[in-house]
This record gives sequence, structure tokens and C-alpha cells, in this order.
Amino acid sequence: MTAFRYLLRAEWTKLRTVPGWVAGIAVAAFLIVGVGLMPGMRGSCGRSACSLPVGPEGQEVTDSFTFLHRTLTGDGSVTVRVASLTGLMAVPEPGQSKPGLEPWAKAGLIVKDGVRPGSTYAAVLLTGGHGTRMQYDYVHDRAGTSGTAAPHWLRLTRTGATVTGEESVDGVAWTRVGTARLPELPSTVEVGLFTTSPQHSETSSETLGLQGAFGGPTQATAVFDHLSSSGNLTADDWTGTTIGALGNASGLEVGGSERTGDGFTVSGSGDIAPAVSGAAGLGVTITQTLVGTFLGLVLVVVVGVSYVTAEYRRGLIRTTLAANPRRGPVLAAKALVVGAVTFVVGLVAAATVVALGTRVLRANGVYVHAVTTATEVRVVAGTAALLAMAAAFAVGLGALIRRGSVAVTTAIVVVVLPYLLAVTVLPTGAARWLLTWTPAAAFALQQSTPEYHQVANLYAPVAGYFPLAPLAGFAVLVGWATVMLGLATLRLRRSAA
Amino acid sequence: MTAAADRGVRAAPVAGRRTAAALRTATHAEWTKLRTTAGPAWLLLATVAVTVGLGVLAAATVTCHTAEACLVDPARTSLTGAQLGQAVVAVLGVAMVGGEYGTGMIHVTLAAVPRRPVLLAAKAAVLTAPVIAVAVVAVAGSLVAGRHYLPALDLGDGAVRRAATGAVLYLTLMALLSLGIATAVRSSAGATGIVLALCYAYPLVVKAVPDRDWQRHLEQAGPTTAGLSVLATTGLRELPIDPWRGLAVLAAWSAAAMLAGGLVLRYRDG
Repeated sequence: MTAFRYLLRAEWTKLRTVPGWVAGIAVAAFLIVGVGLMPGMRGSCGRSACSLPVGPEGQEVTDSFTFLHRTLTGDGSVTVRVASLTGLMAVPEPGQSKPGLEPWAKAGLIVKDGVRPGSTYAAVLLTGGHGTRMQYDYVHDRAGTSGTAAPHWLRLTRTGATVTGEESVDGVAWTRVGTARLPELPSTVEVGLFTTSPQHSETSSETLGLQGAFGGPTQATAVFDHLSSSGNLTADDWTGTTIGALGNASGLEVGGSERTGDGFTVSGSGDIAPAVSGAAGLGVTITQTLVGTFLGLVLVVVVGVSYVTAEYRRGLIRTTLAANPRRGPVLAAKALVVGAVTFVVGLVAAATVVALGTRVLRANGVYVHAVTTATEVRVVAGTAALLAMAAAFAVGLGALIRRGSVAVTTAIVVVVLPYLLAVTVLPTGAARWLLTWTPAAAFALQQSTPEYHQVANLYAPVAGYFPLAPLAGFAVLVGWATVMLGLATLRLRRSAA
Repeated sequence: MTAAADRGVRAAPVAGRRTAAALRTATHAEWTKLRTTAGPAWLLLATVAVTVGLGVLAAATVTCHTAEACLVDPARTSLTGAQLGQAVVAVLGVAMVGGEYGTGMIHVTLAAVPRRPVLLAAKAAVLTAPVIAVAVVAVAGSLVAGRHYLPALDLGDGAVRRAATGAVLYLTLMALLSLGIATAVRSSAGATGIVLALCYAYPLVVKAVPDRDWQRHLEQAGPTTAGLSVLATTGLRELPIDPWRGLAVLAAWSAAAMLAGGLVLRYRDG
């Protein structure tokens, strides 16, 4: 153990006394911070204009729909038949629209704590293309029967803090879709019919980057009949309210409700779902501030590689090996020292740029999604870990290849270029493949908001959505680094220096 | 006619013949260096592998059966690999001269070929020939593979042929740009850094420029942002610069780099 401590000390001395390497690591940190603070993006959000409601579980949410409701006190139940569900979509020509139902257009029954956007709710609903669903508190989504279409029966029952959703094809035989526990639901709630339809966006995985993302508002119209209810509902008639409408809503964004025949027609636009960033959402995430990471990464792998190859070029490796005849730990010590240094420097740089970069973006009118402290810590520490592990990988590669220029190029091609190509020129499918299998998979550590299957969006690397979970992506890089250091140690042991 | 003028008239062809002979010898020497070291052969193989590989990956993840139903440019998608292949030819271009500065071989080379512009011309010639050859293979391979995944890709189409020719020239010019830069900065690592920054960092930095007009001007001026427009076959109106003019911008960059390299080589000590 003492021997290893001396070895670490020797390697640390080598690293800190070569001005080029110290400068390289310092410039890496500078680039990460500098690029993040560059005033590139401009948005149209004023200081207070863009703010999203926050749901009961702390996420920012979209909560806008047309609500035809009555007040329910205590337990009760509402049953309705969705007779038809149709939709309209915006087309590029202003003021025009074409028929078309968005797959995540929703119509059904909802029970909600008042009419404030962001309040707790549970709903059983029919969608445009995803069958019957039970959704509650914005992020929870349970599928009922798939492939269902209007006409279809729905029932929502409130019993204490529990809300149950049921569906039926004939109004006689009922199946349960799901049950929600809403601890925050007060005894007096609003219950009724709702319709909404999210922003349409071409989220084809076939377009390059975000170039192909285009869209516009959509509107869904549902005809409800056979409405019946039980429980202590207020005596006055059903009231129509547009929840969370934009102040400047126009065209398809304006919904409404009216009594037609023995039922109601409700049309609405918007969504009841977690808010997302990117093509189909609003603004960016804190990941945006870390765009300079790839530049820092280039320098870190150059330092990592030359930390080894310089010894071969100058013949220092013979002295090193004479001092440490047991060759195995030499590379481990190098990887540990350069990894630890880049981790600390990366941590400082990432923390700085996330804190300051978010302010710069907000000052430029760009909406930045709020994240929990835990996520912020993971993104910052993850960026540092990405840099550190890439440095360790570079040490292995340098020791395996031994020639500086070849090793540097290889390291950049396998660590940095997959990410760069993925966020610039590659179609989403190819980008996701590269970011699953190459060491660049570890960029997943920088993802700050989750993907939601119930929100259509372009979940592409360019928008800050990576194919692997953060730790899984990091594990890919750790695997690569381990294999590389293993092979390099093998070569160091077996062959002459 | 005076005697001096008479000598001058006769001396010119002799000097020309001497230059030609020197160039032939230097080219032969450079060719020997290139073919007897393992690195260049591997890099040439890698150029084909990464170009075709990334092209296949891009084409395989896109579906378009008819030209009308295509959201993407099928030729450009098939040739996506050029964006990675350029890094490999750039390394080859840098290695042609950077390696000699690293090992000290440059002293021997300059002793053998004292006329330095001749040396640079010989290096350029020896670099260009194999790069054109592998670029043809890589581009043909990418398009044939692309045709397999994207039936909408019409290999007989004039624009597709222009893109194919352009891609070969693009890779060749990138190699010469790298050779010029490496000769000017006389260090493998420095030159590799500059070329890769031009290839990959420049486009990203330009994308972040807030002013649209400036962004377009910078795209028209960059070697890769302008040069890559030669690969486009659809949506030509949205390009920052039209295809051949874009390639001409890259050619100007390569010429300037070679000139800078030539001047540094001529006027500074080896």
C-alpha cells in the first residue's frame, strides 16, 4: 500500500509540474464555462411572462383544457358516453386548419381541486390514438383498453382520497381502468367533462436534428351524451370554464362548450401533462448550459493521452518502470491521479456554468425549466464524472497505442465525435445508436428532465434527451475505460517498454 | 540578340527540366515513405470504414421509399459519413509532415530535397493520389449502401452525381488543408487540433451566433460549413451557399493553407 502511495505521489508530481497539462485542464474548465455563458440563445419570455404551473409532485406542468363542471361535495360518481371525438390541426397558412385528430387529444371525465392550473386531479379519458387511459397528477398514466374509439362509456368515482376510473363499450359491462390515490384532494371538488388537444409537432425520428420539427396548435371536439351523476352535486347547471388559456389565444386555441340535443359538445386545446422542453414544449433545460462540455472533453482526453505517451516519447517510461518493477499499478495510479484532478476541476466548472448560465439564459428571455436540487447535483457531478472517466479511458488508450497523435485522434473520434455528430448532423435514430454504444453514452448524465411517453415530443439528443438512463450511460463509459485500461496493463506487463 | 539574352532563353527550359526532375525524385521519395510506414495504410482503410459505416448508420435509421415522401435528402444522408471521414483524412494530411517534425526526419528530408517548394508539392501530390482513390471507394460504397436503405436515392440523377464528385473533392481538399496547416504550424498535435476545431467546433460556434445574417455569412465563410453544401441534392434554396461555390470556398481555404505552409517552409529554418 505504501508503494502505491509513493506511486500516486510521483504521478501527481509529474502531472502538476508539466505546464502544458496544467494549462490543458485549466483551459478545459474555462471552455466549459465560457461556451455555456456565451450569449447565444434568445427567447421571447419577459421576466415574468413565461411561468408554468407546478403540479402536486413538484414538476412544472401544462394544464389547459375546456372544463364543463359542477361542484361535488363528498363522495360521488359521474358517468358519460363519449359519442364522438374529432379534431382540427393548424396548417402552415395562417388562419387555416385541416381535419385531423392528435394521438394524445383527450376527452373524458375529470375530478379536480378547483379550477386553478396545476391543482391535483384524476381523469379517465379517451384519446385520439392511445385508447382509454387513467391519468392523475400530470405524470401518472395507466393504459386501459387499447384501440378504443368513440362511442365509448366512461365513469369516474370518487371515494374519499381514492378516485376510480372505469370504461365500458355498452354502458352495462364495466372494466376498471385504474385507481388513483390523491392525498391532497379536498372534500369539495370540481367534477365534469373535459376536452383538450396538445400542440402538434412532427416528431419524426427521420429528420436531421430539429430541422424537421414543425407544428402548431390543434383542437379536439368531443360530443358527450348519456350524462348521469350520483352524489351531492350543486343544483345549478354545468358551467363551462377554459382552464389555463393563454392571454393571446386565437384560432384553434379557443375552445368552448355548448348543450347539444341531450348532451354536450366540448372543444378544447392544450394538454394536461408534465411540461417538456424542446420541439413540442417550451424553453430549454439546464443541460443547455453545459454545451461546452465537449470542448473541455477534447482537452481532457488530450491531456490523458499525452500523460502516458509523453513518457514513451521521452523515454521516461523506463525510469518509471525501474522505480516500479511491478507494472500493474502504474497505469492505475495514472488513471486515478488524472481522473481525480479532472473530476475536481470539472465539478467546479460545471457548478459555475449551471449556476451562472441559467441566469444568462433567463436574462435573454429563454425559459429554463426548473429542476430539483438532486437533479442539479447529479447533472453537475455527472459532468465531472464524465470528464474524469474519459481521462481514465484516454490514459488506457495512450498506454495501449503509445503514439500520441494516433491515440489522441482515436480518443477524440470515439469519445467526442459521436456526441458532436449526434447533436449536429445525424438523424435521431443514428444519433441514439451512437449514444448507446460508444463512450459518449455517458453524456446521458447531463439529461435533466425525463421523457414522458404520454407527451409527444422530439426526444432527441439535440434537445437534451439521451437514449440511456444517466447511470446506464455512465456504465457504458466505465466499461470502455475498464477494458481499455485492462488491455493497456496487459500490454505493459507483456511487452518491453 | 545579345549573348545574355541568348543564355536566358536557353537556361529557362533547363531550369524547368531540373525542377521536373527534382519533383520526380522528391515524389518518389515521399511515395516510398508513405507506402513503407504502417500508419498511412491504416488511415486510408479507416477513411473508407468510417465514411461508409456512418453513412450506413444514418441511412438505415431513415425510411423513405419515394422522393416525395422523403423528409431528408437521401444523397446527403448516405454521404453523412464524410463528416467523420474528413477527420481521418485530416489526420493523414497532418501526419505527412507533422510526423517528420516529431521525429526529426524533416532534417534528413530537407537535406535531400533542399528546394522546399518542390518538397511541399511532392508531398501534396503523394497525399492527393491515394486520398482521391479511397474517397472514390468510400463515396461509391456509401451511395451503394444508401441505395439499399433509401430506394428514393437515384444514382443516375445529375445532382446525386454532383454530390458524389463533390464529396470526393471535399475529402481531398480537407487532406490538403490539413497538410498546409501542419506545414505552417510544424506540430502534429497543434495542427490536428486546429483542423478538428475547423471541422467540428466552428459549425457549432456559428450556430450559437444570435444574429441570423452574421450566422449566414460565417457559414458561407467556413471551410466545412460551406464545403459540405456540395453534398446537398434537395432543398438547395435553404443552403447557406450554392454547392459548387461552397466547395470553392473550401478550395480557397486549402490553397491559403498550402501557401502559408509553403511560405513558412521556405523562409524559416527546418
